[in-house]
Amino acid sequence: MIGYTRRNVRTEMTRKAVLEAAGDNILLEKTKGHIFTGLCVAATLFGIVSLAALLVYVFRDAVGWLDWQFVTSTPSRFAEKAGVYPMIVGSTFVVALVAVFSLPLGVGAAVWLEEYARDNWMKRIIEMNIANLAGVPSIVYGLLGLGFFVSTLGLPHGIVLVGAFTLTLRVLPIVIVSSQEAIRAVPVSHRHASLGLGTTQWQMIRTVVLPESIPGIMTGTILALANAMGETAPLIMIGAATSIFTAPRGIFSSFSALPLQIYAWSDFPKQEFQHGVTPAAIIVLLIILLSMNGMAIYIRHRFRTKKS
Amino acid sequence: MSEELMQVQTEIGEEDGLSTILEIRSLHFHYGENPALKDINMKIYRNRITALIGPSGCGKSTFLRCLNRMNDLIPNTRVEGEVLLHGRNIYDRDIDPVRLRRNVGMVFQQPNPFPKSIYENVAYGPKMYGVRSRTALREVAEKSLQQAALWDEVAGRLQISALSLSGGQQQRLCIARTIAVEPEIILMDEPASALDPIATMKIEELMRHLAEAYTIIIVTHNMQQASRVSDYTAFFMVDENRSGYLVEYGKTQDIFIQPQNKQTEDYISGRFG
Repeated sequence: MIGYTRRNVRTEMTRKAVLEAAGDNILLEKTKGHIFTGLCVAATLFGIVSLAALLVYVFRDAVGWLDWQFVTSTPSRFAEKAGVYPMIVGSTFVVALVAVFSLPLGVGAAVWLEEYARDNWMKRIIEMNIANLAGVPSIVYGLLGLGFFVSTLGLPHGIVLVGAFTLTLRVLPIVIVSSQEAIRAVPVSHRHASLGLGTTQWQMIRTVVLPESIPGIMTGTILALANAMGETAPLIMIGAATSIFTAPRGIFSSFSALPLQIYAWSDFPKQEFQHGVTPAAIIVLLIILLSMNGMAIYIRHRFRTKKS
Repeated sequence: MSEELMQVQTEIGEEDGLSTILEIRSLHFHYGENPALKDINMKIYRNRITALIGPSGCGKSTFLRCLNRMNDLIPNTRVEGEVLLHGRNIYDRDIDPVRLRRNVGMVFQQPNPFPKSIYENVAYGPKMYGVRSRTALREVAEKSLQQAALWDEVAGRLQISALSLSGGQQQRLCIARTIAVEPEIILMDEPASALDPIATMKIEELMRHLAEAYTIIIVTHNMQQASRVSDYTAFFMVDENRSGYLVEYGKTQDIFIQPQNKQTEDYISGRFG
């Protein structure tokens, strides 16, 4: 007992000595903290400032070119007459179709994976592949679209339907993954409340899981659609026109999209195109993308306030 | 426990002329390879409140979920033995767990109203059963809320979100939602453990009330609660293999005043648990 106490005292003393030898490090650690905070702020500023610089640069060039005439006219050899109307219609049309195709497919797949599939190696392999597909370069989807929809199924080059199919493949993995996340966020207690009342699995999914996850699904889907809106490479692959003079009339019409027209104009030698018309088209595309993002934020926010 | 004693205990209510609604016969339950319950035998009596007590991990909640097959929802579980409801084994192949749960309802530990209006919560079950008439649904909702002693507090604002109610109100709403579909048996898994004493008292009063029309089985870790509300008490223990078993079952006053088993006595006198 005595030995135990003495040993205890000795360790107590050594510990104190060890701590004292280290000195006071509070000031040093606080300085380190300040430096780290500074680095984080710098990292944030770097992103914001370069984005702002880009926007200012584009905006300055676009001023004077972006007007009502610009969004209602067709492309032209003459910068003053040029417009993006057919491309606005083309992009909107294609993306709307992508929404129609990818929502049921994406949500369906997500519901199956989350609610029905057994948690086994097959499910894990499928999920891993979907995650990988989300990272496949979009030009590969363009090749797939060309090979499957055009060469194999024999659909014409560069029509709205083929564009929409191809972009649907492109966004589907993102829609599935974000829908899965939204579905997973529905509390187990709500599912059990429903099943405990004697509902079938599908009744429970229809009345509890889907209503509660729809806002999350919509947010993810809209962001994925905004991605699709900005896609260029796959549309070039399937033979969409880089410039077109008439807006598509139906799903079998040829079409062009805003990014394609931007790409075409940026290559024009004339100054008015490089520093006027192209930036104006970029602004139009940005406005559409930002309003889509805004819509996603609005949906999320409205849901949050409604919930509480 | 000796065979003889078990016999005595399982027959315990019959001398009072009570009818048996549920009979559990040598029920075993496994989570994967781990036994969670072994050889449970007991009878549940109609229109009585049966409390399941015992230390945590003794399987009382698992046992409760065996009674309406909520455990089916947990993968890798296995049930052996029989649970006879009106003499029919609920684990028979031709018994649909969905139909069973319409007859054996459940109230959970955490109040879990849907993020919908109060009305939508109570009308949910009947709607799912195919009731379309709005007048009928409204009547069911009102009656259920009255029976769950919530009506006076929410009348006139049935359209507000159920999540804006207090915890105790939410739990009574969950009870209203359960009785809206007229089950015979209501299982309650520590229904008051997340509530303050006043809300707990209201739930207990409500349970005494409901026992006139329903058979209630309640899991509680609160022994005072068991002694206050229940007619019968089952004491569960956990063995060295972490599987739960039934130690003693009888009238609540007998269990609390003159327990037959030393472990029961130690537990209810607060020596462990």
